[in-house]
Formats: sequence, structure tokens, C-alpha cells
Amino acid sequence: MSYKAKFRVWRGEGGEGRLEDFTVEVNDGEVVLDIIHRLQATQAPDLAVRWNCKAGKCGSCSMEINGKPRLGCMTRMSTFAEDETITVTPMRAFPVIKDLVTDVSFNYQKAREIPSFTPPSDVKPGEYRMQQIDVERSQEFRKCIECFMCNNVCHVIRDHEENKPAFAGPRFLMRIAELDMHPYDVADRKDAAQEEHGLGYCNITKCCTEVCPEHIKITDNALIPMKERVVDRRYDPLVWLGNKIFRRSDAKR
Amino acid sequence: MEIERHEYDVVVIGAGGAGLRAAIEARQQGKRTAIICKSLFGKAHTVMAEGGAAAAMGNVNSDDNWMVHFRDTMRGGKFLNNWRMAELHAKEAPDRVWELEAWGALFDRTKDGKISQRNFGGHEYPRLAHVGDRTGLEMIRTLQQRVVALQQEDERRHGDAEAYIKVFAECTVTRLLKDGDAVSGAFGYWRENGRFVLFDAPAVVLATGGIGKSYVVTSNSWEYTGDGHALALLAGAKLINMEFIQFHPTGMVWPPSVRGILVTESVRGDGGVLKNSEGRRFMFDYIPEVFKDKYATTEEEADRWYTDQAGNRRPPELLPRDEVARAINSEVKAGRGSPQGGVFLDVSSRLPAAEITRRLPSMYHQFKELADVDITKEPMQVGPTCHYIMGGVEVDADTGAASVPGLFAAGEVSGGMHGSNRLGGNSLSDLLVFGRRAGAGAAAYVDGLRARPKVAEDAVEAAKAEALAPLERSGENPYVVHQELQRTMNELVGIIRRSEEITEALEAVGKLKERAEHVGATGSRIYNPGWHLSLDLRNMLLVSECVAKAALLREESRGGHTRDDFPGMSPEWRRRLLSCALGPDGSVTVEEEVQPSMRGDLIRLFERDELKKYMTDEELADFDALVKE
Repeated sequence: MSYKAKFRVWRGEGGEGRLEDFTVEVNDGEVVLDIIHRLQATQAPDLAVRWNCKAGKCGSCSMEINGKPRLGCMTRMSTFAEDETITVTPMRAFPVIKDLVTDVSFNYQKAREIPSFTPPSDVKPGEYRMQQIDVERSQEFRKCIECFMCNNVCHVIRDHEENKPAFAGPRFLMRIAELDMHPYDVADRKDAAQEEHGLGYCNITKCCTEVCPEHIKITDNALIPMKERVVDRRYDPLVWLGNKIFRRSDAKR
Repeated sequence: MEIERHEYDVVVIGAGGAGLRAAIEARQQGKRTAIICKSLFGKAHTVMAEGGAAAAMGNVNSDDNWMVHFRDTMRGGKFLNNWRMAELHAKEAPDRVWELEAWGALFDRTKDGKISQRNFGGHEYPRLAHVGDRTGLEMIRTLQQRVVALQQEDERRHGDAEAYIKVFAECTVTRLLKDGDAVSGAFGYWRENGRFVLFDAPAVVLATGGIGKSYVVTSNSWEYTGDGHALALLAGAKLINMEFIQFHPTGMVWPPSVRGILVTESVRGDGGVLKNSEGRRFMFDYIPEVFKDKYATTEEEADRWYTDQAGNRRPPELLPRDEVARAINSEVKAGRGSPQGGVFLDVSSRLPAAEITRRLPSMYHQFKELADVDITKEPMQVGPTCHYIMGGVEVDADTGAASVPGLFAAGEVSGGMHGSNRLGGNSLSDLLVFGRRAGAGAAAYVDGLRARPKVAEDAVEAAKAEALAPLERSGENPYVVHQELQRTMNELVGIIRRSEEITEALEAVGKLKERAEHVGATGSRIYNPGWHLSLDLRNMLLVSECVAKAALLREESRGGHTRDDFPGMSPEWRRRLLSCALGPDGSVTVEEEVQPSMRGDLIRLFERDELKKYMTDEELADFDALVKE
């Protein structure tokens, strides 16, 4: 079973570009990335697209399909009508290098601004003891495949380039939450989350959660709890002290 | 145009598990280190690893130790392994896994809070440290974050985060450079703008992974074009064991666009069973002679094993991968396959739905989203897929050094560790153990150098011309040549091989080599995949030639090399390794090498009854003499 689909794909480099029309064969079971590859192999050999695993595990083929951030490898052609024109554009929040490939260095910059995992100095490798239930919270966030679609969709930076220096984006605010909830992390991350990484900019519209291909509940499980931790710290010193003491002793047990 | 130049002590090519671990080690030993990755940082093929990292920590079964792991590894590789590598691997894997935990990794836990370990094919005890079915992602992220942690340390210390370790993302190396015999650097291009870049460095660690993109049906990502294998050959190093390719028994078979994508072995480790169209658990019919006493012969015993491993033998679904892949292949050929050309892998009737989605979340999503199959309700359809090459750069076990001074290799691009067949879970631990060793080996080599080798300018000019050539001619579409190569290798040097077909493949590869020299790439140098593929073709073709030539010579069947015309395993052949090199005319030559005999204390870990299945009478006599001493 095959048909001819109508595709409009963003082509361009050096800050200029346009949507180019293609008519291309589609076969049973194919995904959007397959069609992009077919365009490369048959009509546009230099069409630029990032991809690696083709199985939704590496987070390379982030693109916008009919205006929605999606992984090209996980978007099945059967979800579109055969006569529908499918428009494929690069992620909007990042500068375009060429065609569907964007400069995502913003994300690597932000990753480096967040202090790394900080275990207590007296625990040696092999001595870590943690309960499954205590690691599961951070494990959810470690499912992140760094497709950067949450950062791409977040309105704080999507149309506000000026906010980028002060805002780490959902991906890296979630990284702070992940470390803060790690049973052995002893770094104090709450003030920095608010003051240096822009947690306060987030007004929990949940756009990031909606686009997450790993179905991580970024807003509910990472950002809101992190906001609560910051608020507790700032307005209730007793709660803060209690939390800190009990959390530490938990980890040692 | 001026070429961008960088000076480093150690250049690591590849940013998967082995490359990152090597780079971390080199940097920790004070070397200025560059990491070159073909993709973005953190996207390497290691993220695809699902099952876990094998390490005899003994957290789940305290009977486990390095000796049991060593024995399992040698058995899995049908005793062709470089035994020193297998020994180091089994001994050091636990420390490497624990180290990851201290860098922030969060593995699944046992009830007493230790790292949990799961069952896997060929491993006697539960041994794989894991995180659900996304262990590779956890590893790559942990190593990536360790690199970032080191950069933050350098920022504090030197005011420059990239002073001692820098990532060159979306950068591809096309040539290694030499000064006389020794490595002096590497030449490559940036994907983003097509500009050339030169790394002046006395030590290069290859960690480029495998070669799967020479096959149509593969679990490998686009990067797996055999770059490191080819770079090593072109630099004068040798590749061993290239005939051994692992076809993972369970890849997806439908829809066609995802054919080959991996279905983790954990499905079977956690209770999943293989059935044919008649509903029969056919693996009971395929237990080979060498494994007869280790595997259950009835379904009842096999099922009891999941809860009582001391009193029962393992289910045959957990035989080493080569055995399972061949069995599936035979069932399909005999007409007992599934409607879409595979066999059934069923976990839905074996575990409660909630347990399946907890233990195998990625598999659940993969099938739900790509094939519309709910694996908690119905069986999957699976078939063999090109997964891993056991062969690679011949290295010194302790240091990862290749025969070319200054050249090192670790991970899938190196050869020897896994013999003729790799056990599942031994790859992630291999990356860590030998990544670290290669990084340390490179650092020690640099320390011992009297003078820094120099980059020869004429070699740089030649590399430049070679890289630009496809853009400067209008020729055949490189995608067409690539597709023909994939079909050739898949059909003629695949899971089952015979002399005439391999010969036919060699002729075809020879013709494709000529055609590849004339392919043309249209468009500019900016992020141009057609151009990149034109350059990758050289590597895929060289590697394919090695595979086919070695496969033709090895007249026996063992592990990842099955000859229809030589179905038996030969003790004589066990002592012989095939070593590929590049001849002066640009074609691959293959020579035999003698496999060194196992050290006395290691061979004594085995029973004579087992050794006699693999070894010659002469070797057995030596063994008897050793035991008598």
C-alpha cells in the first residue's frame, strides 16, 4: 500500500529560506523521518536533517510537523490524511543552520551552568545504598533523551530571545529538580534555581509536558515541586531546616 | 582557505560509552583531551543499549564472581576470545559500574538498596546492572555529565571550562595522520559548515563503534559506518575477527521502516518466550551439544528457573544470541514463521500488564507507537537484525594500543574481547573497562614520548583533496551505491553464509568500490548529508571487504559466523585468528595468526569435559599435564 503525499519542507541556510513543495511516495507503516530520508535519496540529496537511532531513543530528529514539535521518527504517516499537506519546519526557538537542522548549543551552555551531582565526600563507590522508591523520582527525569523540544516549545524563550540568558528552560530546571531529589546529592540548589536559572519565569502552562516524547511529567513532577521547595525555603525557615535534616538522615540509612 | 588547527595530547574519536570513558581517563590523568563526535554530544549509539551492563557484583546472587563471569564470556565467544581481555573485563567491570554511581547514575535497586541485577542470555547468574530497559541512556548521560563536571572543575581552576577537555560535536574524522610509523594527528570536517579541521596530537583513541550500516536490516544508527575500522586500516593497523558479526535474534520485523530496530533481550530475561506459528516454544529443539547440560529440556523446568535458579536449568530462550538468531532463522525458513516474516515473542501471557510496563517501558512505547502493538496484550513479531561486530582493531589487552604507535582503540571498534560472539550486557561493561584502559594507555604513551610527532603537510593536502572530491565531480548518487552495498552484504554475507555467495559478494563489493570513487554530491559544504555519505562509503566498503574476505577463509561455523558449507565447529580453527590489513593497492589482505594459549590459572577454571568440546587433542594433553603438576 503506497500513495503520493504532499510535503512542504523548510529549505535554507544562512538566515534565509523558504518552504519547498515535494510530492513523495509513502508506504505502509512509515514515519515522517522515512519520508525525509526518501526525499534525500531521490530528490534532495543535500536536505539537512539530524537523526541517529530512528527509534525514539536519542532525541536527534526534533522538528516541527504542522507546527507541532515532534520527533520525526515517532510520527507515523498514518496519523495524517492522505490528501493532507504535511509541513515540516525546524525547531523555532533555535537558530537554523540549514533546512531542518538548528543550532542547539544554547542547551549545552545551560547544561554546563548547572552544578554537577555532589555526593557527600565520605561515601565511596560501591557503598551507595538507595531504595527503589527513593530513586524513582529522579529516574523519571533521567528518562530525558535531550530532544530539547520542551525548551523549544516553552513560551518564555520561544518568542523571547531576550530571556535566554536568564532562563535554563524546562530541560535544565528539571535537571536541577533531578539532582535536588537525588538521595545522595548534598548541594544546595534552591536559591540558584530561582535566582540564576529562572525557575520563577515558569508559569506552569505545561506546554513542555505536552510535547515530551518520553511522557515525563515535567511540570507536575519536576517544576512545581521545585517551586514548592524554593517557596518553603524562602518563607518558612523551620520547614526548610526540618526537610534538610530528615532528608539527610534518610539518605544515610 | 586556512584549516582550523588544534593541538591536543589525546584525541578521542567517538563519543559513545568507550570514547567518553577514555576521554575522562585521559583528562583525569592531566592530558589535554579532545572528544570528537559525529553527532551531537550525548546522542551516540550507546543510548540504544537497553538491557544492562554485566558486572559480577553478586548483589542478587552472591555466588557470582569474576571467575564465573569470565567463564560465561569465554563460552559465549566459543573460546575464541582474547582471554586476557575477558579476564580484565570480568575483574574490573564491578568497579566501573560503581564508579558511575558515584558520578550520579541511578540504577534500579535491590530490596537492600544495592544495584539490582537482571538475568540475560549466557550469564549464569543475574548480572546486568540496569535502569528499566534504557541502561545505555543512563550510561551515556552519566558519562556526559561527568565530562561536564570535569569542565566545571577546569573552569574554577583555570578560568576556562574547555582548557583540558573539549567536545567537538558534529565533526567527522576522515584520515589519521602519521609521522613515520607513529600517529601525529587526525583530519576531519565540521558537519555544520563543511570546513576542515586538523588535530595535531600524538595519541588517538578510536571509539567509533560498529559497522551495521553496511547491512539493510540493522539495529545500528547512521553513524555506524565503520569509520574507526577503516581509519585504522588506512593507518596501517590490523583488524581481527572481522568475519564475526552478531545478528541479534530479536529485531522488529514490521512495519518495514522500522525493520531491524532492537527488541531488548530483557524481554526474554524477564520471562518472555519465543513461539512459532504452531504455538510451539521451539528453542527447546535448538539446544546445541556444547550447552546440553546447562539448559532446561522441558517448559516446566524452564519456568521454574525464574524463581528457583539453584534447582533448575535455564530456559533455552536465554541461550547466547548466535544460537537464538540461527534458530529463528531456521523456523522462518521452515515455514513456521509469523505472518510478517519473523517469529512470536510473547511476554503478555507471562507477566501482568503493570509489570511489563514497569520493567520494559521503552519496549511498550516502541511497539505501541511504531507498530500499533500492545505488548501487554499480544505477542511481538521479531527476527534477526545486524547488531554488533565482534571483530575490530587488534589491540594490546592492557592498554588498548594498536600495532601503530600512538593509536588506541576501545569498545566495538576493537576486536578480541568477545571472541566469535558477544554476550548481551558485556558491551556496556566492555566500554567502561576498556575505555578507561585505552584512555590510560594513551596518557602513558604520551608521557613516554621523547619528541612530539609532526603533522606532514602533504598528507593534509591529500586528505583535503580526498574529502573535496565528491563535491567537485558530478557522478552517481551515493545513496544508490549505499543501498546496493547494504543489499549485497545482507543477502550474501548475512547470518548464514556459503562460499559461492561470499565470492559473489566480493565481486560486487569490488565493483561498488569503483563506483564509489565516482559518486558525486550536489549542494554546498554546509550540512550536506549527500556529501557526508559519499565520504562514509569508503569506510563501509573497506569494512565489508574485510568481513567478506575473512568469512570466505574461515571454513567452520562458530558464533557470529555460520557457514552452510562448513556447519561444524573446528578445534583447529579455534587456534587461528584472521587478521586483515590494507595492501599497497588499496585492497584488503588477510593473514592467519595463532591464538595464544590461555594462561594456566585461567584454563584451570574450566572442566576438562567442557574444554574437550572446543580444543584439539594436543591442547588437551597440555591441559592434562598442567593439572597433574
